[in-house]
Amino acid sequence: MFEIARLYRRFGLRPVELLEELLGTIRRDNLNAYITVDEEGALRDAQEAEQILAQGSDDVLAGIPLAIKDNICTRGIRTTCGSNILADFVPAYDATVVERLRKRGAIIIGKTNLDEFAMGSTTTTSNAGPTKNPFDETRTPGGSSGGSAAAVAADLCAGALGSDTGGSIRQPASFCGITGLKPTYGSVSRFGLVAFASSLDQIGPMAHSARETAVLFDAIKGHDPKDSTSVPGEYAPIDLNALDMHGIRIGVPQEFFAEGLSPDVERAVRFGITAYEELGARIVPIRLPHIRYGVAVYYVIATAEASSNLARYDGVRYGLRADGAKDLTDMYLQTRSQGFGAEVKRRIMLGTYVLSAGYYDAYYKKASQVRTLIARDFSEAFGQCDLIAGPTSPVTSFGLDEMMDDPLSIYLLDIYTIPANLAGLPALSIPCGFAEDGLPIGMQLMAPHFREDRLLGAGMAFQDCTRFHRVKP
Amino acid sequence: MRDYDIVIGLEVHAQLLTETKIFCGCSARAGLAPNSSTCPVCMGMPGVLPVLNSKVVEFGIRLGLATGCTIARRNVFARKNYFYPDLPKGYQITQYDRPLCERGFLEIEIAGTKKRIGITRIHMEEDAGKNIHDEHEPVSYMDFNRAGVPLLEIVSEPDIAGPDEAVAYLKELRQILMFLDICDGNMEEGSFRCDANISVKPKGVAAFGIRTELKNMNSFRNVGKALEFEVDRHIGILKAGGRVEQDTRLWDVAANRTRSMRSKEESHDYRYFPDPDLVPLEVDEAWIEEIRSSLPELPSAKRKRFQEEYGLPAYDADVLTQTKALADYFEQCSELLDSPKEISNWIMTEVLRVLNEQDIALPQLKVTPGMLTAMLTLISTGTISISMAKEVFAEMASSGRTAEDIVQSKGLRQISDEDELLGLVQGILENNPAEVKKYRQGKTQLLGFFVGQLMKATKGKANPNLANSIIKEMLES
Repeated sequence: MFEIARLYRRFGLRPVELLEELLGTIRRDNLNAYITVDEEGALRDAQEAEQILAQGSDDVLAGIPLAIKDNICTRGIRTTCGSNILADFVPAYDATVVERLRKRGAIIIGKTNLDEFAMGSTTTTSNAGPTKNPFDETRTPGGSSGGSAAAVAADLCAGALGSDTGGSIRQPASFCGITGLKPTYGSVSRFGLVAFASSLDQIGPMAHSARETAVLFDAIKGHDPKDSTSVPGEYAPIDLNALDMHGIRIGVPQEFFAEGLSPDVERAVRFGITAYEELGARIVPIRLPHIRYGVAVYYVIATAEASSNLARYDGVRYGLRADGAKDLTDMYLQTRSQGFGAEVKRRIMLGTYVLSAGYYDAYYKKASQVRTLIARDFSEAFGQCDLIAGPTSPVTSFGLDEMMDDPLSIYLLDIYTIPANLAGLPALSIPCGFAEDGLPIGMQLMAPHFREDRLLGAGMAFQDCTRFHRVKP
Repeated sequence: MRDYDIVIGLEVHAQLLTETKIFCGCSARAGLAPNSSTCPVCMGMPGVLPVLNSKVVEFGIRLGLATGCTIARRNVFARKNYFYPDLPKGYQITQYDRPLCERGFLEIEIAGTKKRIGITRIHMEEDAGKNIHDEHEPVSYMDFNRAGVPLLEIVSEPDIAGPDEAVAYLKELRQILMFLDICDGNMEEGSFRCDANISVKPKGVAAFGIRTELKNMNSFRNVGKALEFEVDRHIGILKAGGRVEQDTRLWDVAANRTRSMRSKEESHDYRYFPDPDLVPLEVDEAWIEEIRSSLPELPSAKRKRFQEEYGLPAYDADVLTQTKALADYFEQCSELLDSPKEISNWIMTEVLRVLNEQDIALPQLKVTPGMLTAMLTLISTGTISISMAKEVFAEMASSGRTAEDIVQSKGLRQISDEDELLGLVQGILENNPAEVKKYRQGKTQLLGFFVGQLMKATKGKANPNLANSIIKEMLES
């Protein structure tokens, strides 16, 4: 990103030239990172960027080609959510984040693949087929923002937006060796993000480095009157100088190094923590006693909200409508049966169940209470430390056809990422090493609400003295 | 007397007169071309989010304060989930366990006896769209203009002991909503809708009977008739030793009866849960006080004041306070002319008649308070008679000209000149010697005959009081 900005200004490279080259690469590529490449629209953006640059703009984002996850609405560009039910849906509006990026002169190349409605951790449940991991094409890029992660890792864009409900930015960032930020809940507008679980969803940036991630975060963050959950107030720009780690207390929860953690991942993450210690940070052991309920709480709350959020896909106003229905109920049944894939149906059923009369208290209400306890664990922990560090995922990327019949095992892989969503905290995944087989490993950092500056500053400090984020597939 | 107690609770949906819808910027006005007042938000498009219109909260607080409710400081919106084509998101945003207002009351009066009806809660929610079914083809169309129009749902306690009380409660509630300027109260067009829960139990028994829910009653008359029908139906079943089925019933206007729509078993599980797209709404004390201080005088207070301040009978006070506009009209007149009962009489007869005939509201009435009182002054000074005044009023209402102007141009001025009338009476007596004789022999009913002759001679312009006394005097002298 910074490199491109320099080429534009110092070496006379034109955005249209760069874009044409990039579109050629995308055409030849077979990762299936994109669902839709908007060549015409991108070209228009590039031409506009040329004008902006000609006027001497010093905006880093001018002419920078970006990819947008396909559950974020783009005016005039089909937004499918990887689902049959929205296969032909073209929004008449831009998500606030897209509007903000356009205003900065960025080029929107296209829409990246995802698990259907962002429900998954593998980018295999999309109606557009699976995305492959650039480091090993037989493996998953992670998910659900796997298309964005693969596109960034394979340089099919200079940066991307993903969405993170239970780890959907951080886990694919970790699987693809890039940097990904899940911002504080309420710091980035959700307007235009097709809702999966509204109280957990958050749009965030993905790029190679923490610095680039910070630039993208600055561009999209801030209050939006169109999103009632967006937090008002001034948002200071992120300092692009690395954080001085001296005196910073890094909390390491023992719960994050529990059973099921792959030895490769543990070794790399422990290395990362040691690196911070060498940079001057103080390591503090902490406890997060309630996070062991995180996955259970998450799958109650997320599915409950999803069952309601996805009710609007009924075939009445837009999207798929099944032919030949004999009455209204049949139209609903057929449309939704044909329109949704197995994982989405599973979650709608689960969510409907936990909200049902007689079960609400035992599931949804109880889960909401435990969610509060988890948030309290974090606020207590942040009394003792400034950042929390641990693995992003207990494993590295696995085979595209592995665990497909075992949703429960896949759900359990979100164990380290889910707590930040439940507590609304910002969390960052940065590359911190490679497994024996060469697959990337991510380290997760978490900070108190609205302390993305600390998170990204620490990321920059780490990346200024390591090269993991520079390793290309 | 009946051997049964009737227990009725009412749920009213009042459409609010806000400019825009509850969660988006679309116009909330009715009567626009289908789907012309819609946007991605009220159409439930993917990715869009609701933003609360604070006017709705203000209107809700107004009603809450007017009905003595406690206003919740923390409000939570909930989703009520069900599928129907008129419901764009597949859920309705409403309030569930934390409504805006709780524990209020309304006072009604039945045959001179006052009674308090408790209000359980008042909450905010969004309306749904409308299905329009093609009359010829098996096709339905959707109009989403109404989707997202704000509603207040007002739930009463089961304090209502009969259909007459139910109607009185509804009338009072509707009047309050209209006085507060938050709802137009139009029942036919559905901006004031009512559902009823009704059960009966043998007198003295504490436990409630099994209730049925009534819908589709779009006038006070239908509410009364539907409830009467249900009372009889329930009592009939109980007397025959049967058991009332819990169900939801529609009032069938044509058939004059209720019919079952769905049974309890078919009732929905709405899976309410807090809407994560809307943060809890905090209402601060200062805002509540600001709204309280801006509340207008309510109908019951106005009724009382009209009786005390203007010495009007209860009936007049009732009629004049039917709407705020009418009450204001009366008071504007009374400021110009200190003759409240006379003003009241004219408003209750001529003003209301013209409004009805011309099918207009008060602001469109061409007779301003100034014009009405000027006309009343012409009566009191004897310039015109009451019957002339009726003609003058009708003319004012149709042309907008002043009474003075009409009296001038039509020559309506009554003859109050004693000498002129004396001369005319003289002639009439001379021309009718037989009648004069009969009168003088004691047939005094003939007075009317002579007055009639005089009116005929003056084309009705003779001052009737003066005419009477002159004729009497001349006949009896």
